[in-house]
Amino acid sequence: MTRITVTVNGSRQHHEVEPRLLLVHYLREQLGLTGTHVGCDTSQCGACTVHLNGQAVKSCTVLAVQADGAEVTTIEGMAKDGQFHPLQTAFWEQHGLQCGFCTPGMIMSAAELLKQNPDPSEEQIRTHLEGNLCRCTGYHNIVKAVRSAAGAMSVSASQATLPQARSRATAGAR
Amino acid sequence: MATTTTPERLFGASIKRREDPRLITGKGNFTDDLKLAGQTFASFVRSPHAHAKIKGIDIRKAAAMPGVVAIYTGKDLTTAGVKSLPCGWLLPDLKLVPHLPLATDAVRHVGDQVAVVIAETAYQAKDAAEAVKVTYEVMPAVTNGEQALKPGAPQLHAEAPGNKSFHFTIGDKAATDAAFASAANVVKQRLINQRLIANAMEPRASVAKYDAGTGDYTLWVTSQNPHVHRLLMAAFVLGIPEHKLRVISQDVGGGFGSKIFVYPEECVVTWAAKAVNRPVKWTAERRESFLTDAQGRDHISDAEMAFDANGKIIGLRVHTVANLGAYLSTFAPLIPTFLYATLLSGCYTIPAIWCEVDGVYSNTTPVDAYRGAGRPEATYLLERMVDLGARALNTDPAELRRKNFIPANAFPYQTPVAFQYDSGNYGPALDKALQMVNYKQLRAEQERLRKEGKYIGIGLATYIEACGPAPSQVAGALGAQAGLWESAHVRVHPTGKVTVFTGSHSHGQGHETTFAQLAADELGLPYEDVEIVHGDTGQVPFGMGSYGSRSLAVGGSAIHSGIQKIKEKGRKIAAHLLEAAEEDIVAEGGKFFVKGSPSRSKAFAEIALMAYLAHNLPKGLEPGLEATSFYDPTNFVFPFGTHIAVVEVDKASGIVTLTKYVAVDDVGNVVNPMIVDGMVHGGIAQGVAQALWEGASYDNTGQPLAASMMDYTLPKADMLPSYDTARTVTPSPVNPMGVKGAGETGTIASTAAVANAVMDALAPFGVTHIDLPLTPATIWKALQGSPKGR
Repeated sequence: MTRITVTVNGSRQHHEVEPRLLLVHYLREQLGLTGTHVGCDTSQCGACTVHLNGQAVKSCTVLAVQADGAEVTTIEGMAKDGQFHPLQTAFWEQHGLQCGFCTPGMIMSAAELLKQNPDPSEEQIRTHLEGNLCRCTGYHNIVKAVRSAAGAMSVSASQATLPQARSRATAGAR
Repeated sequence: MATTTTPERLFGASIKRREDPRLITGKGNFTDDLKLAGQTFASFVRSPHAHAKIKGIDIRKAAAMPGVVAIYTGKDLTTAGVKSLPCGWLLPDLKLVPHLPLATDAVRHVGDQVAVVIAETAYQAKDAAEAVKVTYEVMPAVTNGEQALKPGAPQLHAEAPGNKSFHFTIGDKAATDAAFASAANVVKQRLINQRLIANAMEPRASVAKYDAGTGDYTLWVTSQNPHVHRLLMAAFVLGIPEHKLRVISQDVGGGFGSKIFVYPEECVVTWAAKAVNRPVKWTAERRESFLTDAQGRDHISDAEMAFDANGKIIGLRVHTVANLGAYLSTFAPLIPTFLYATLLSGCYTIPAIWCEVDGVYSNTTPVDAYRGAGRPEATYLLERMVDLGARALNTDPAELRRKNFIPANAFPYQTPVAFQYDSGNYGPALDKALQMVNYKQLRAEQERLRKEGKYIGIGLATYIEACGPAPSQVAGALGAQAGLWESAHVRVHPTGKVTVFTGSHSHGQGHETTFAQLAADELGLPYEDVEIVHGDTGQVPFGMGSYGSRSLAVGGSAIHSGIQKIKEKGRKIAAHLLEAAEEDIVAEGGKFFVKGSPSRSKAFAEIALMAYLAHNLPKGLEPGLEATSFYDPTNFVFPFGTHIAVVEVDKASGIVTLTKYVAVDDVGNVVNPMIVDGMVHGGIAQGVAQALWEGASYDNTGQPLAASMMDYTLPKADMLPSYDTARTVTPSPVNPMGVKGAGETGTIASTAAVANAVMDALAPFGVTHIDLPLTPATIWKALQGSPKGR
């Protein structure tokens, strides 16, 4: 067993783990963060995507011990102060999900894209998301959601001095 | 896109889904998310061979490994009384074969399960499963349906000589032969509809718990129909009283058919939960999904279409070999028969049809319903044949279709293959789609580009779907071992808030939203006052779940019917309180009022409260306000539409690029257009993928050549365009809301549309047909084989 210290969604965690334990299983089984999903075990589907030190990684292909000393953000860490991340809002508004299984990974991967490129074209979005599989949406509304989130984030960035125009996480169902 | 203000009517509004807040924040409740106290983990020992006798199983080394709680083999289960998995659709001459949850004597496909290891952790279970030593005597395997029928082919089951499962016929042979004898033109083609793997993003999973104090079992499982799971497992496999097994399927990460069926794993896990007296969890690895989730399609068909001198289709003759895999999956016999051959009239007046289907066992993973289930196979065959006809007759494919459409005034229309179509108006959908692609101009553009050495293709599919299978009595006569109705329970609480329990199941379709829209509208209540519950046999009345695009047409109609009962009782109470005649009470806008004097009214919540207080009810009326409905539809509903694909084929490489996709669907009245569009998008992607990329094949020893997402080409975002969707609306007369189904239309139409587009692009080279998937290699080879294509 190996002792690791990982900061997950801002909270410092200390655990003894098997060296072979995958990061995704550490998050799901040991920390109970079941929003990160396992869809394929072979790094194709991207449902397990999380941020490791700010970079999107497929957590089924990272050992928990490799995350020792690192900061990890999962889908559970995306909403802040009861407010959805703009990508979460956009996926909801643009109907970017159906069964919702791939969605956490999609959002984590798209968040990385928007950090690198705040105004991606449809083609750039499609290229960036080629490591995240969705079987329900045919990607149409996912692409729209990412475009829409990019728009919302650029508006909120340009209004940085004003109170942030984010949607309320507690809003009703419509 | 989504509506943010309260619309006049919820029915027809694109309301944002109430499922989504939990799913976008990682708070969904998927089966593998469950963690019970004392939970153990199961790992299955699976056959690496396609066909072998089991000569011995040595568990000694595995049993001594760390964390191992128990190891069971097929013998342990049969000794304990565990029986074969049942088949839910019995055709008259069907050769049933046993399918034990753990094999005892032989394995018949790669991935067939022979033992289960239960351990403290998932890793330990897998370690020990790898240490179980199974001695096999490998036998020759057969994986191709047609080969399996040949004399001398390896035999799978003593119960099914010649590997024949069934022979099915439909239509009028003599009339069809006569039509062909009189035909001016006949086109013939062999069409292979390749095997597909559903690949719902969430792998199958089950968690079972046994309460030794009460004798109750609880199973959380990735199911599209929890009651069907409960019934089949309790009554046929495990022999436990049905009421002692509760089946829960909360959030399910996609199904596309593959989660309808009862599989060995959930049976073993449920049995083992009692045997080890601890909860047992099993979650499939994706490789296991590839090896054991029921697969789709796999038809080899020989088709002939006859035309008269005016280009009218006068006959269709089809022989299909349907590969069913190693065992009969739950509804396997239904798919290539009553959900396939009955669709062969499509949207055309074809006076004579004859179809024969041979169902065959082979050393492959079992085949059952996959999105569309029989209907995409029929549509692909028919639409390819119509295009081949158009090519042979030198006619525009759109015009040939129009000429053969069932006219709008011919509904209800009786086909020669059993179905009576409820409603349809095919011309306007075709017109709209042609207009959306600017068809005439596009044809001119195609000509111009050909001269420049660029090859674009335009492919049409005008399709019919049959969804909401019904009615139960007819289905029973055709072999169904289940009813095809749906249940709903409407519970009005004393405060006037409402919980609707539906026997239908959502695994991405958005029932919690759509059903709340229709229920709130029908009750005249705010949307927020209605909650939808599904997926728990402990809460919901016996229901049939979701398959065959039935949820709204059948499940929604059951809710509608339950609400009428609530309104009827409410009217009785209101009449009594308002001192009016019951027939004079109107239930509308969340109120009960006297006809002609709306001020004499009681709010819905007041009536609900009075029903529960029971202080002043009409004489003889029971307190409370709840109603259960079991709705059995009188017929299927028949959505239709036109899809058009535009592709560009690179002659040098054979690479196909899908440049435009237009879908005009008619699914009757629409409750939530945003959700319907989303389902159409997803269906299109799956159908396009069958045309261009996906395919599950086996080598000649029976090893699957695609057993992971690395070697099975699922569509990715950068392989697809955005889609243009539109609708025409022809309400169904079958159900009270005039709705049809929308879950499968995309998949049914798009494979044929894309295949036709590619063949259209290759027309200058004399290429008339290439089997799917249309990969660069197959296209390049076809071009090399054609004198004009080299």
